[in-house]
Amino acid sequence: MKSWLAWLALTLPLAAKDSCLDCHSALEGKLRAPALAFSNDVHRQHGFGCADCHGGDPLQDDPQSAMSRARGFIGKIPRTRVPKLCARCHSDASLIHKFRPQQRVDQLAQYQTSVHGKRLAAGDTAVANCVDCHSVHDIREVKDPLSPVHPLRLPETCARCHASAAHMAKYRLPTNQFDEYRQSVHWEALAKRRDPSAPSCASCHGNHGATPPQVASVAAVCGTCHALLEELYQKSPHKPIFAAAGMGGCAVCHGHHRVAKPSLELLAGPAAVCARCHESSSPGGMAASEMARLITSLKTALDRSDQILAQAARDGMEVSGAVLRQQEGRETLIKARVTVHTIQPAAVASHVKEGLAIAGETYRAGENALRERDYRRLGLGVSLTAIAITIAGLWMAIRAIERKSPEGRRAPGGE
Amino acid sequence: MPTTEIVSGKSRIGRWLDERLGLASIREFIAHKTVPVHSGTLWYYFGGITMFLFVIQVLTGILLLLYYRPTVTEAFESVQFIVTRVQFGWLIRSIHSWAANLMILTAFIHMFSVVFLRGYRRPRELTWLSGIVLLGLALGFGFSGYLLPWNTISYFATKVGTDLAASVPWVGPALARFLRGGEDISGATLTRFFGFHVAVLPGLTTVFLFVHLALVQRLGISSPPWVEARYRQLGKPVPQMPFAPNFFLRELMAWYAALAALGVLAALFPWGLGDKADPFAAAPAGIRPEWYFLAPFYTLKLIPSHVWLIEGELLGLFGFGLLAIWWALLPFWANDRHGQERTRLVTGAGVLVIAYLSTFTVLGYFK
Repeated sequence: MKSWLAWLALTLPLAAKDSCLDCHSALEGKLRAPALAFSNDVHRQHGFGCADCHGGDPLQDDPQSAMSRARGFIGKIPRTRVPKLCARCHSDASLIHKFRPQQRVDQLAQYQTSVHGKRLAAGDTAVANCVDCHSVHDIREVKDPLSPVHPLRLPETCARCHASAAHMAKYRLPTNQFDEYRQSVHWEALAKRRDPSAPSCASCHGNHGATPPQVASVAAVCGTCHALLEELYQKSPHKPIFAAAGMGGCAVCHGHHRVAKPSLELLAGPAAVCARCHESSSPGGMAASEMARLITSLKTALDRSDQILAQAARDGMEVSGAVLRQQEGRETLIKARVTVHTIQPAAVASHVKEGLAIAGETYRAGENALRERDYRRLGLGVSLTAIAITIAGLWMAIRAIERKSPEGRRAPGGE
Repeated sequence: MPTTEIVSGKSRIGRWLDERLGLASIREFIAHKTVPVHSGTLWYYFGGITMFLFVIQVLTGILLLLYYRPTVTEAFESVQFIVTRVQFGWLIRSIHSWAANLMILTAFIHMFSVVFLRGYRRPRELTWLSGIVLLGLALGFGFSGYLLPWNTISYFATKVGTDLAASVPWVGPALARFLRGGEDISGATLTRFFGFHVAVLPGLTTVFLFVHLALVQRLGISSPPWVEARYRQLGKPVPQMPFAPNFFLRELMAWYAALAALGVLAALFPWGLGDKADPFAAAPAGIRPEWYFLAPFYTLKLIPSHVWLIEGELLGLFGFGLLAIWWALLPFWANDRHGQERTRLVTGAGVLVIAYLSTFTVLGYFK
């Protein structure tokens, strides 16, 4: 009985009369499309209808009456009015929290702080409003993989405008961000590893309050995920210099949209970013070379230990303790790489020293395992020889016994 | 003093023991015990090799018991300690694991050689049945011992195995609870399996091994019917070889060969330890049981989830149950109502069972 009541409660809003849908479903082309798309819309699933946005009276069968101005019909909503129209419900905590108790209700306030919002307020209708990102008539929840603002689809949605040269021409904005982003380590995590928590446009620029981070706040933006790195950067000698020169923190070395996977090539070598500002013979250049040398030495030592431990494991030796210790060594390598952001070779060296001690220990464990393997094989050889001699002795004993007592031999005529 | 003198009763100790134990009658029995000699004599050694491997299992098992601890927090670590810290612990553990596998292999070879040499015939039906029980106990040793290192593979393989037990109608859930000591694999399961492995199964095996050997001694070793028929035509008895020392020394050579094989396997392919079981982790891909359970495991995977209205897994288990009973009762259906041997049926069944087990084991391993 209870389940029937629940079913009725859920289906009643859907079953309520809606002459807008009835008529538009029977029309063709542009007039029919909204009615078809609306079947997937999250608003419809929660009992909202066309009239909740467009006004009018869906209980009237006569189109003139249903769409009369007297009954509040708005018709096509002007782009400048869209954010405020959405905010009628989405800024109403008492309404929204009936459906999503933890949903934020400050989207309009945020939007009004964004570049999009400010330009719209100034009358520029080409900028993005709610429906440009969330779609219109088939609006889905953000967690729905088909939603244009689902984390895995968001970059493409932003790129619809920001990668369009025609659309960006009047704003004099570059259109290569999406192409650059697609070469970044962040895109790799998002698109290749399908990690929805990987950074995309909104992670750095914000979503409703989308704003380009100012030069001074770049480190803070990166620091929302890379907190330790930001902390080290804030204490580094680079911080005041970059700030004074109006350079954007992390982005100076790592770039912004095309953030490549960091490697030692950033410190030393032909593609070194340090070399852009520091001569190789200068204190800064020498510090960079020294840090690269230290990290390389640790990485080489750890790789060497990995190889010998893998060999021992392949030969069936139990080296899980050393492999576990090796992980601690890898952690020191990560710490050393992170410490590069202090720009102090001595700080890097302390982690490298700790890591080299671990690598030495694990390498010795690998050597011991291989020695033990050789010892076992030698023991096996000796044992097999002893067993072979014993078997031969037994065979000779059997022959001797059977020669001595013919009745004990296989009887003639046997197969 | 030479052992032969003690055994032969020529020495003072020999006479002392003879007076109390009646060694003379045992000597007399052994002296007259013979083994048939024919082209299939080689297969007679496999029963002895299986027994030898069982003794190895007992001895290495006792040594492992000195360090092994059957608790969730200590089982894996204690095995790790055995293979890394205890002098020759790696060798003992590796030999224990490899001998278990070789023992099951030689037990299967022994069983099929009995089938093809017709060793199950009257009056040796009970010898066959006790052998089937021993094979079942050996598989039980394998299943219970597999969990004891408490590593990921063994944990999830035991979970799959006990889940299968749970799908048996009526008694399944109770049987699974009994095996696991609860609703899921836990410390209670480990303790229980340890108990089965070191107390219940060895006790039962000792009893059935004694019965099996006693029956072999009481009834002697059977000759294949075609060998008997050929010598009957010639008017001669089937050639025999004395058990002691001729056959026994040859058996000893086979034991040494088995020992050499164990040494090679243990030294070159030490039994791995894996990763400690994590009950909260997802089951890793490619979980499969030991090779001797692969054929039924793979068959169950192939059966659709439902066949008509019956659950596929249940149907599979029912089929395996019927097959096992049919196979155990082989001596009773191997002859027709008139006492004629159904040789083609038995040979065909043997070949089919071998073909099924080997094919599905290989498929189960690689797929």
